[in-house]
Amino acid sequence: MLVQEKNSLTEEIEKYVEELGKDRSALLEILHLLQKKHRCIPDFAQQEVARLLDIHPVEVFSVITFYSFLNAEPKGRNIVRVCQTISCDMKGKDNLCNAIEREIGIKFGETSKDNKFTLEYTNCLGLCDQGPAMAVNDRVYTSLTPEKAVEILNGVK
Amino acid sequence: MQNRKNRKGAVLFTDYNRGRSIKKALSMSREEVLFEIKESKLKGRGGAGFPTSTKWMLTAAAKSDVKYVICNADEGEPGTFKDRVLLSEYPDLVFDGMVIAGYVIGAKEGIVYLRGEYEYMLDSLNEYLEVIRKENLLGKNILGKDKSKEGFDFDIRIHLGNGAYVCGEETALIESLEGHRGEARNRPPFPVNSGFKGKPTTVNNVETLAAVTKIIENSGKWYQEHGTDKSTGSKLFSVSGDCEKPGVYELPWGTKISELLKIVSAKNTKAVQVGGASGICLDKSQFNRTLGYEDMPTGGSIIVFNESRNMLKVLKNFMEFFVEESCGQCTPCRIGNVKLLEGVKMIERNEFTFNYINKLKELGATMQVASKCGLGQSSPNSFISILENFKDEILNTGLNSTSFGNGGNNGK
Ligand SMILES: Cc1cc2nc3c(=O)[nH]c(=O)nc-3n(C[C@H](O)[C@H](O)[C@H](O)COP(=O)(O)O)c2cc1C
Ligand code: SF4
Ligand code: FES
Repeated sequence: MLVQEKNSLTEEIEKYVEELGKDRSALLEILHLLQKKHRCIPDFAQQEVARLLDIHPVEVFSVITFYSFLNAEPKGRNIVRVCQTISCDMKGKDNLCNAIEREIGIKFGETSKDNKFTLEYTNCLGLCDQGPAMAVNDRVYTSLTPEKAVEILNGVK
Repeated sequence: MQNRKNRKGAVLFTDYNRGRSIKKALSMSREEVLFEIKESKLKGRGGAGFPTSTKWMLTAAAKSDVKYVICNADEGEPGTFKDRVLLSEYPDLVFDGMVIAGYVIGAKEGIVYLRGEYEYMLDSLNEYLEVIRKENLLGKNILGKDKSKEGFDFDIRIHLGNGAYVCGEETALIESLEGHRGEARNRPPFPVNSGFKGKPTTVNNVETLAAVTKIIENSGKWYQEHGTDKSTGSKLFSVSGDCEKPGVYELPWGTKISELLKIVSAKNTKAVQVGGASGICLDKSQFNRTLGYEDMPTGGSIIVFNESRNMLKVLKNFMEFFVEESCGQCTPCRIGNVKLLEGVKMIERNEFTFNYINKLKELGATMQVASKCGLGQSSPNSFISILENFKDEILNTGLNSTSFGNGGNNGK
């Protein structure tokens, strides 16, 4: 990482800490903001968060690994999460996933070479009455067909 | 799509003008409000069914200047989506209930723990909070309660979760709010004495808080007249799976499974999973059972399976869920769920012995008593009930490897 990048990351985190406070209870909100902006929480950011909240960097790392929406390594620009839980499964999520894999050319669990997509399974999204359901970043889509799902992904930048 | 206009119910899905119950509650003493809740016999709707008035009384009695109200909107149980409907269509009921809780227990701050998967609701919920702040239903000296003495201050903020089912468990939720991994705590102490940041905290489900608003509007006695003797009021059921009309239904407690199946137009039903992945699975012979604390208490997830479904695949889907969602803190749950899932895969390959399956059922019974929190205590429920109730289909036919239907192979 360049020194300039480091400085701007430090500034960003200092700003969050100023807004949310130095208390440990601010940790997840800070990580959430970092994740949203950078699509991951890089090593250097972890160290800076730890320093500013006065906790050990390992603590920060251990929190990141616990939550499925936080990650230390970068993922694709768009995260596609298809619900794998029973009600969506019964509504044909397998066909949906096969179509998405064919179209994007990668398997679930992978990130596309151009970094545009990461495909993931997720557990129940709370939309079981309108399955199969899928989330693309923080938008959700329901009552999908394979065709509709592919169309939605084609429309993503 | 359904919305508030065409939903029908006796208690929650009714008209309401926001602020009405707050106004009424603030004109009463704290004890009078508690009395109404007690009279209603309301039990927590998050699944555990703990009497709400007792929880509030304990938090109110705990000595501390700082206390918290937490609204548990983590809604992660497979097949549950009623809280999503309440938050998006009935925020007035939920937030009024939080303010009333704050008044009764003596809290100044309320926190909604909203699951990360519901982030798309965040902006509109924050806008709603801003509106009621302007109407002085939130903030300093709410509704100018007391001009001479000190008023009642209370505000609400929303905290987003980050994708972990176990954070719905109240002590894991508090750990998460404090900036830690969502690992359940040992109890005691209970949150009513030592919760968020060590302060007395009441954690309530979204639906519980909505019910409180209706109880204060109409009285505890009115609420008690709905439902049955031990299961008062109504319940929201999230119905999904093989039926023509999935969705959220408000029904009186005491409704039979068979009645519910009729309401949602379910045909050729073979099995009904009550209470989500951590609930139990009923076969046809049990469809006359009733929903309620007398017989089948539940957080309200109802998943319907028709004759075409392969129950082993259903079970596999549930066990994969628990293996992924276990926080890994205690051994019975961390290892136990993996062993149960292995057992399911052995059956799938027709490589099981009855002897070993019985051992796994015993392991399940051990997990139910030895796990640290409700996740590991309830995850064997599906395993045990599905293997008991669908024994013939699963263990006596050898059909598993040439399975039919698509009950949940997770695309693997
Ligand atoms: C693994 C697990 C997940 C839970 N998830 C939720 C949840 O999403 N929402 C909820 O209200 N309660 C959930 N609970 C129950 C809570 O621990 C707690 O009992 C409840 O929030 C109390 O509120 P109530 O008394 O209003 O029901 C969960 C419990 C366990 C063991
Ligand atoms: S029962 Fe499971 S989820 Fe609960 S504390 Fe133990 S390992 Fe964690
Ligand atoms: S099962 Fe897919 S949203 Fe609930």
